[in-house]
Amino acid sequence: MSKEWPLWEIFIRGQHGLSHRHVGSLHAPDSEMALKNARDVYTRRNEGVSIWVVESAKIAAFDPDTAEHNFAAPKSKVYRHPTFFEIPEDVGAM
Amino acid sequence: MYAQLVETGAAETSEKDREFQEKIDRGVRIEANDWMPEGYRKTLIRQISQHAHSEIVGQLPEGNWITRAPSLQRKAILLAKVQDEAGHGLYLYCAAETLGISRDEMTEQLLSGKAKYSSIFNYPTLTWADMGAVGWLVDGAAIMNQVPLQRCSYGPYSRAMIRVCKEESFHQRQGFDVMRQLCEGTEEQKAMAQDALNRWWWPSLMMFGPSDKDSVHSEQSMRWGIKQNTNDELRQKFVDQTVPQAEWLGLTVPDPELKWNEETGCYDFGEPDWSEFFEVIKGNGPCNKDRLAARNKAWDDGAWYRDGLTAHADKQNQQIAAE
Ligand SMILES: [Fe+2]
Ligand SMILES: [Fe+2]
Ligand SMILES: [Fe+2]
Repeated sequence: MSKEWPLWEIFIRGQHGLSHRHVGSLHAPDSEMALKNARDVYTRRNEGVSIWVVESAKIAAFDPDTAEHNFAAPKSKVYRHPTFFEIPEDVGAM
Repeated sequence: MYAQLVETGAAETSEKDREFQEKIDRGVRIEANDWMPEGYRKTLIRQISQHAHSEIVGQLPEGNWITRAPSLQRKAILLAKVQDEAGHGLYLYCAAETLGISRDEMTEQLLSGKAKYSSIFNYPTLTWADMGAVGWLVDGAAIMNQVPLQRCSYGPYSRAMIRVCKEESFHQRQGFDVMRQLCEGTEEQKAMAQDALNRWWWPSLMMFGPSDKDSVHSEQSMRWGIKQNTNDELRQKFVDQTVPQAEWLGLTVPDPELKWNEETGCYDFGEPDWSEFFEVIKGNGPCNKDRLAARNKAWDDGAWYRDGLTAHADKQNQQIAAE
């Protein structure tokens, strides 16, 4: 059995001006093939103007089990939202 | 504004330049790997890095009051606001890096005094009311400038501005809320608010940069879609929005020439003291030296920590390589 190709994560810019967004993944032997395959798999209906590929193994992420603890702090910081401050209507847009 | 007096490169006349201009005119965003004229690249590097430096140095006047905020809640709010500004600096430095300048180069330019940042951050924050005035006026002026920059022709800058604008509304509102509380308080508290408005009004108007007739860099920047409005247009919008808010607070805008113009539907107002503006830009404002010294001290004092993190990362990588 030959060596399994690595997994690549695919990011596509849907339209000029937008950021690339993650759309899925695929296996490929190198970045060049990953780009070509991504084009054929993910942009057959004109879904993109640009593609980024990143080897999945190169992506670091938090352990999902720690999510509650990791993302808890902002919950108590409600003042970061502009609606926390009451601005009377006659003051105008702010 | 946060980037005042940005020196603008000249356009060339090659076929490529013509195609580039057509792309801009059609409203297509330019991305990091696209071909672009050298003048466009250099102008953007200067503008975005100045904007980034302003966010970073802009933390200092407000940082001054974090430990002396009048309540725990005000302290937490101010801390969150200053923390946002650090984030804004980060988004912007990253956008500039896509154009081929390194973070270290930009840091070096700021610390050596070679780079400019907004004139507004060279004024001192003397009382708690200044936290109100800065949020309300300075962030208010910044919003005025940053909202159109969301449509800037350079993609990474425009997207950074979209993130920044989402966060700015909180900044302005918390400032207005500080002012409002002072104005609804004792006579002394209201006098503090008035004093802060007196000191911050003119420097805030100067944030938009020199008058259009003296603004040499605007035209090419507008053609390239880097700038959407002239300095005077934005200044006028800011005055029209802010004067009624001052009236609502019961405060007086310190401009004897200020009056409503029935015909134009806008306020007429006096001319800022431009000689003061140019002095501040040249480095002779009340706090230029302090600001630069504070940034240099922070950088030097943090060196052992940065080095420690690098040493740790190197060690981890060696272990992985050895396995
Ligand atoms: Fe900011
Ligand atoms: Fe700001
Ligand atoms: Fe802000």
